[in-house]
Amino acid sequence: MREPFRPNMPWPAVERSWLIESDVEQPIVGDRQSSLFKSEAQLSLEQHLQGNHQVGTSAHARSSLVPDTQPRDAKPRLLLMGLRRSGKSSIASVVFHKMPPNETLFLESTTRIQKDSIHSFMDFQVWDFPGQLEYLEPSFDLEDIFGSLGALVWVIDAQDDYLDSVARLNRTILTVQQYYPGINVEVFIHKVDGLSDEYRQDTFQDIVQRISDELSDAGYENAPVHYYLTSIYDYSVFEAFSKVIQKLIPNLSTLENLITTLSNNCGFEKTYLFDVLSKIYIASDTRPVDMACYEMCSDYIDVIVDISELYSWDHPLRKAKGEQVQEAESHVILHDETMIHLMEMNKYLCLVSVIRNPEAKEKKGLIDMNCRTFQDALNEVFSRSWEQEQEEQAARDHGGP
Amino acid sequence: MDARKKKRKVLLMGKSGSGKSSMRSIIFSNYVAKDVRRLGATIDVEHSHVKFMGNLTLNLWDCGGQDAFMETYLASQRGNIFSDVAVLIYVFDIESREVDRDMDTYNAIIDALREFSPNAYVFCLVHKMDLIQGEHRQRIYEERSALIRSRSEGFRVDTFGSSIWDQSLYKAWAGIVHKLIPNLTVIERFLSAFAKKIDAEEVILFERSTFLTVTSVSSDIGDLNPIFDRHERLSNIMKAFKHCAARNTSTTPASAGFVVMHTKTPQFNIFLGRFTDNTYIFLVVPPGEAAYNCAVLNTMLAREGFSKAAASGRTDGFPLPPPETPDDHATNGSA
Repeated sequence: MREPFRPNMPWPAVERSWLIESDVEQPIVGDRQSSLFKSEAQLSLEQHLQGNHQVGTSAHARSSLVPDTQPRDAKPRLLLMGLRRSGKSSIASVVFHKMPPNETLFLESTTRIQKDSIHSFMDFQVWDFPGQLEYLEPSFDLEDIFGSLGALVWVIDAQDDYLDSVARLNRTILTVQQYYPGINVEVFIHKVDGLSDEYRQDTFQDIVQRISDELSDAGYENAPVHYYLTSIYDYSVFEAFSKVIQKLIPNLSTLENLITTLSNNCGFEKTYLFDVLSKIYIASDTRPVDMACYEMCSDYIDVIVDISELYSWDHPLRKAKGEQVQEAESHVILHDETMIHLMEMNKYLCLVSVIRNPEAKEKKGLIDMNCRTFQDALNEVFSRSWEQEQEEQAARDHGGP
Repeated sequence: MDARKKKRKVLLMGKSGSGKSSMRSIIFSNYVAKDVRRLGATIDVEHSHVKFMGNLTLNLWDCGGQDAFMETYLASQRGNIFSDVAVLIYVFDIESREVDRDMDTYNAIIDALREFSPNAYVFCLVHKMDLIQGEHRQRIYEERSALIRSRSEGFRVDTFGSSIWDQSLYKAWAGIVHKLIPNLTVIERFLSAFAKKIDAEEVILFERSTFLTVTSVSSDIGDLNPIFDRHERLSNIMKAFKHCAARNTSTTPASAGFVVMHTKTPQFNIFLGRFTDNTYIFLVVPPGEAAYNCAVLNTMLAREGFSKAAASGRTDGFPLPPPETPDDHATNGSA
């Protein structure tokens, strides 16, 4: 059982250095959050790792620093796949590295698997695959690639001939599905900014039809495949990634309930819980998504982040003049009386709401207080499940050896 | 004499394709940078009146830069174009391959200007700086501006490097309008007294529709801020958000705007609000809930005093009026 994990990795150097880095720099907080999110595949992987762990630590002579129970590679993994030049690296750069969309023209084509570790409210990895890589060949180890899979994101260039891509995707799904039946497949029908509205819909229908037909012909009914129309030149790719990430969050329904309760009680029009760095929203209230609200909220985060950059310099002479709540809070009232309210929840998350109800706006104090209550609840949701996880793990470790 | 005649004007000149109309559209007509691709060549002179700070109307002459037009400006139109000029803004394209020829044209313009309006201000913008690689930018800009200065005898010239793709455009234009605002000294004296009273690190006054910095004061501590181009960057940030708000509330960018914005963080508190009809005030104060609320209240009170100060300088004195108004308003500020 140990065999599949170590051997025939085509990128040993990268992987090794990454492991070291993550072990050293990962703070305890990060750990507890990453250990929150585990699929079945991850748990089984974790067991491998624990079996393997002794070898690894003695080799690096740091066993006293790292508790033995710590999973080393338990981060959910997003795989970006698709044919070459379909826009995978551009998506990764725009969403996770804040690259302006028009600069992605200059990206070199990817020749090896690019692994990004994203440290945020939950730690996850993004693996960007070169389009030409034949990962289904026997020399590649499926467990390595799909082992701790969170989601498989398949990018299709809608402006190109997509038949090849569809065929390859189906082949991948059918292969992988045998070993990992619970796999989430997210299909990004990409570069739709260049298509007219009608043509966009036609392409969408056509791709959906082809994939589901072929899969059901092969005897795989109701495959868990989801489709999104995306473009890096607007907000659609962030929206799509938000949906993808949301599926990896175990407490999503709890979060959504909390947000819905909050926004009903405060008279919010729409509320999003954003990850500040990537501007992906990890939960929102259950009202229908309104792109206008989403854009304004997302841009307002930019405004606050940019302004903070200008005025958050450190100097011994800069002193506070009184007491103030530790988390940032901001609101703006626009010309049409719309209010956008932003409140920092923790290091990574902030809650942004659009308020149009005139009565609600007058009760700013109440809104603030309710948001603080929500903040407590949010932190409880995250920490509580962590404690359970720890207990389980402790019990398992006790029973294990 | 006709009063309209007396109002002096702002000339926007430069070679064809150097970006005159583009920057005018961005600053005064709420275009975003990528919209300017739609603009065609300017034919002859486009006149526009730009209201700035309410009582200051810029009579902007956007002069098409093709050689044929340039010749008529310098010959048959000479008196018409170059008389009563308050400001000449001359735009150079950094990518131009015929620097010598550009300089000759510029020299001819300067000669004409010296003849008809020797007291005009001259601003030279070295434009499209984004096309130069970052590490060479400063050096090339300095060479070019030295060259420009050497060719403009009789005038003190201010030069700016600019690009429509970043905040440098705002810096250049803020520098220009700063020189044009009539009662600026009154405003500045008022602001610095006010800033001291409310203990602000920085107070910035923005013009309402363009979001250009009118003026700013910072305390000794505020001066230590290591980011020097923060005012332009703020203009850029706020204007981008204004566009976003306009897009999503289905109004035009011209009528979109903010009523008020409060931001509290552990390092600073910021208040942005309408001050006079034509300005926004931007306060940066140290953290502290009570002190912040106090500062906001005082700002509301100071509004009144400020609009008096701004109105008291209402003469047609353009560009700079006598600076002799007493600063008794300053004490009203923080009653």
